[in-house]
Amino acid sequence: MIVECESVSKTFGSQRVLREVTFRAEFAHTLALIGPSGGGKSTLLRILAGLEDPEDGTITINGRRLSRVEKELALYRRKIGVVFQSYNLFPHLSAAENIRLPLEKVHRLADAKERTDRVLERFQLQDHGTKKPAQLSGGQRQRVAIARALAIDPEFLLMDEPTSALDPEMTAEVLDVIAGLREARQPLILVTHEMGFARETADVVAFVAEGKVLECGSAQEFFASPQSPAATKFLSRILKY
Amino acid sequence: MTSWAQLFRDDPRSPAPLGAKVATVGVLLLILSFLSWLVMAGTMPNTAAVWGYRQAFWQGWLMTLKLSAGALVLSAIIGLSAAMAKRSKILVLRYLAIFYIETVRGLPLLVLLLTLYYGVFHALGWESRQGAAVLILSLFAGAYIAEIIRAGVESIGQSQWESARAIGLSNSQIYVYIIAPQALKHSLPSLAGQFASLIKDSSLLSILGIAEFTFTAQQVNSATFSTLESFLPLGVGYLILTVPLSLWTKHLERTLRYET
Repeated sequence: MIVECESVSKTFGSQRVLREVTFRAEFAHTLALIGPSGGGKSTLLRILAGLEDPEDGTITINGRRLSRVEKELALYRRKIGVVFQSYNLFPHLSAAENIRLPLEKVHRLADAKERTDRVLERFQLQDHGTKKPAQLSGGQRQRVAIARALAIDPEFLLMDEPTSALDPEMTAEVLDVIAGLREARQPLILVTHEMGFARETADVVAFVAEGKVLECGSAQEFFASPQSPAATKFLSRILKY
Repeated sequence: MTSWAQLFRDDPRSPAPLGAKVATVGVLLLILSFLSWLVMAGTMPNTAAVWGYRQAFWQGWLMTLKLSAGALVLSAIIGLSAAMAKRSKILVLRYLAIFYIETVRGLPLLVLLLTLYYGVFHALGWESRQGAAVLILSLFAGAYIAEIIRAGVESIGQSQWESARAIGLSNSQIYVYIIAPQALKHSLPSLAGQFASLIKDSSLLSILGIAEFTFTAQQVNSATFSTLESFLPLGVGYLILTVPLSLWTKHLERTLRYET
């Protein structure tokens, strides 16, 4: 998978969150966006997800330029899977209904029910299909969210800090699931604060800080010898404790 | 040591025994009947004369039921439209909705009835008195319902819109499958309360000379000169409509609490 950004800028009110972000990432399975809070990682991911429209710049994914027209963006969003930090699920629907809703109403698949059963089983959720999100643990909720994103057979997956609302045990539970996705054929782009996880599973890392991608390269090289002073500082701080 | 007074205290941690509750209700009923006796002892009950008008009461009650039911449906439609207009991106619609909601909520129903019925509807040559009554009552309740619905929609967090957009639902699908079911659940208790108010407010339609329940009781009162005998059944008649609604509201609030 190839992601290319060319001077992408985004402003919220008077705050410039992304300043002419330019980078190119080519990776087999996982791209991790890391960096300090408020650096623009989540905004960048939301732009890649077609949920936010940048003021400026172009984004090209696997050779196709991302449209700026909402109608076309909506079509694009249908083909990808997105998992957020928390509150992904619809509280009035059961776990199975959460998964089935896009299959039936967006993709109009005849085998929506079979597909739902299949992904529930794949993520060991078959006993929880009829439960409402409020009856599930945080880890189970994120697994349902991941199952919903995967059920549509997306071209690739985007995750925005999928574990930052979870306690350490549930974080491990969800990270296990995400690491397990390597065997699937869908590539993954994720924003994460779990440096150990990024080092272990990411192919490529993009270091986002001060509204820019300061560094983008193989995860191994990045963690062994970061090039930019900001990344060096960030890593030394994170690894201190 | 448990004293007598303590038996009659109800605390979530140590609830009062059932006997204490029954005794309390009994004593209160006794006091109430004594007070009623004080009021009525000197009067000659005239229930027989009022009984002769039972058919009129029944007709009046049915008319109130009919007007309320009509206004209930119409006010829900008006309220939903006004709530959507207030959330609209089109300025004209939004300003119209704000003007309607704020004006109506700032006016007493009586003033609205007098102004619209005698001022506007008469001038327009509107014939149907009942139609006008239902329309004005609906316009009045609709403004409150609009605010209830708007608050219900706004109580749904931004993250729900985001998730719904991310899985590819269209705007109208988001409203139908995600927002409406949750907003309705949040608003149902307030909506049921508003509908109970609507039934009670319908008594004001009597000033338009419509033969609804309150108007009928007033007529019977002036024909038989027996005030309490005419107005007691009136109160009971309204309670028959509003108490079930209030019980239903309480039930809804309870089930809601367990689900979220």
